[in-house]
Amino acid sequence: MNIAVLIKFVPDLVEDLEIDAQTGLLDRSFLRLIPNELDEHALEEALLLKERHGGAVTAITVDSGDVDETLYTAVAKGADRVIKVTAEGADQGMGSQKLASIFQQVLQDIPCDLILTGTQTVDDLDGFVGALLADRMGLPYVGYVTKIEAVDGRVIARKEYPGGLNADIQVSMPAVLGIQAAEKPPRYVVTSKVMEAMKSAKIDDAEAGEAPAEGEIVISQMSIPESGSHAEMIEGSVEEVAEAIARLLRERGLIA
Amino acid sequence: MSMATSYEFLDKVIKATPDGEYIRKCLQCGTCSGVCPYGFAMDYPPRSLIAALRADDWHGVLESDTIWLCVSCFACASVCPVKIPLTRGLLATLKTEMLVGGSIPQELQAALGNSRRYGNAMGESPRKRADWAKDFTIPVPVLASHKEPIDVLWFVGDYGSYHPRVQLVSKAMAKVMHALGVKFGILGPEENSDGDTQAFTGEWGLFELLARKNIKAMSRHTFKEIVTSDPHAYNALKHEYPRLGFNVPVRHHTQFLAERLDQLKSLMKNRLETRVTYHDPCYLGRANDNNIYEEPRQLLQAIPGVELVEMSHNRALSICCGGGGGGMWLDGFSWEKAHARTTEWRVKEAMAAGAEVLAIACPYEAPRFEDAVKSAGNEGKLAVKDVVELIAESIFG
Repeated sequence: MNIAVLIKFVPDLVEDLEIDAQTGLLDRSFLRLIPNELDEHALEEALLLKERHGGAVTAITVDSGDVDETLYTAVAKGADRVIKVTAEGADQGMGSQKLASIFQQVLQDIPCDLILTGTQTVDDLDGFVGALLADRMGLPYVGYVTKIEAVDGRVIARKEYPGGLNADIQVSMPAVLGIQAAEKPPRYVVTSKVMEAMKSAKIDDAEAGEAPAEGEIVISQMSIPESGSHAEMIEGSVEEVAEAIARLLRERGLIA
Repeated sequence: MSMATSYEFLDKVIKATPDGEYIRKCLQCGTCSGVCPYGFAMDYPPRSLIAALRADDWHGVLESDTIWLCVSCFACASVCPVKIPLTRGLLATLKTEMLVGGSIPQELQAALGNSRRYGNAMGESPRKRADWAKDFTIPVPVLASHKEPIDVLWFVGDYGSYHPRVQLVSKAMAKVMHALGVKFGILGPEENSDGDTQAFTGEWGLFELLARKNIKAMSRHTFKEIVTSDPHAYNALKHEYPRLGFNVPVRHHTQFLAERLDQLKSLMKNRLETRVTYHDPCYLGRANDNNIYEEPRQLLQAIPGVELVEMSHNRALSICCGGGGGGMWLDGFSWEKAHARTTEWRVKEAMAAGAEVLAIACPYEAPRFEDAVKSAGNEGKLAVKDVVELIAESIFG
């Protein structure tokens, strides 16, 4: 089974985020970027599938700064090929439409049975990339996947729904799957193996052409959430609590 | 996955340390397993481990995960009659095999991942490493932006920089050094974890990565000696960094302060009127024969109104707080496997000795022992204080 894993780099929330006063957008000058957590789960799931069924794993990311170490780490973990894509404006962050177009361009030359990516990223939380990519490629898409089983040339993807519900969905291949969590936490690979990969592995370069921005979410203004000074605990029976919440919402003009 | 045989593994153990060959001399006396704080809960405590390797039961060894109970406290190595370097040789090398084979508890994985990404085990922002000193009453110069010459590079360490409880120890140290007129500075954001504990989890590659970053940072500045508040940093700077070509004199803060005892005595005016016992940190004491036993005691005895009493396990026989060798990041795992906390044994010993204060000298210990005071049902009966905190109390009230 040949699997492509798509990795997006997102702002590291360990650092304080700042809004650029002029643009009203995230100030990217001092941002630390890290691979999106769910994309790391996608890589783990791909490696688990490779261990079970053989094949090759290709990790692909768009060059947005210091991405090499993550790609070498992917090799050290067991990825067979890693690709760094250059695309115009990638260092300024990318919307899902643009990203889906870039990945589509690169994937045209890479035959694969499955394309895995994180269900969503922490920066936009829209969860669009996997679905938009599948649409562009004419492939099925299932998101919020927590387990993948290969059966007779198809896969059964376990999709997580709110409220503790799960569905096992049979999907023909090739397919795009959005990973919510790998079956096991992403593995740790010792530093010496990463260093070894840095010496011996090669990062393939790819270039993406123009990526359309139609349909992209336009951000007019970002702001840092304000922290409140206190919390009010509402006590009583379910009816009393519901009544109190409704009253509060009415008082604040949030409902009529 | 590692497919080494017992013999190939033994070869690695022999090559890991200068006296590695001594493992062939094991008498199977079992003293190591007896003294090991977690030996009772291990499938293969050191003696059994060597027996298993001799019997070529390598598969059994790799199947067990209880090596992760090893807190690298050097208790086994220090009592071995034939001086086998068990802690750094046999046990740390087995941990490396486990790591390479992917057998690693989740909690530990997070700490190692954080160390690699952020340079500190807790996953805090490296840019905020000196934030604890920002609005502090005592100036704590960060070397990158400090032009005046200094004598002492103070290596604060991860916990002293980020942990809210241990930051209080850092502040006490800054106050005391200031009172002594020491010209000191810290690396701040340039500092990374010393890497010692990561090394004793078997992650030597990560140790080297962190050590090289620190060496590069320290080489940018001019100073006469390094003083550190962390016995693990002390151990790494003294015994491991020289292998990477970095040879600068290093002392633990208890050594540095004990040398200034006369000056301190003239400053320590407030009587504390309390009974204190001292917990010897493994990495100041028996690890690598560091043998720093008397300096902390000299300091405590010099504090007016302090009566020093000893616990039954003291000096080389001290019982580990459970934080070494990765134990600091394996509390859940250790509890699940052993249903025991060494810190609680230690708190009970301190209480039995009649102490009101448990004095410490390692940044792992304040949070660990303070938790144990509570979990052992002694809240309010025993205070946990770093030696330098007690000195600061006597100077400043």
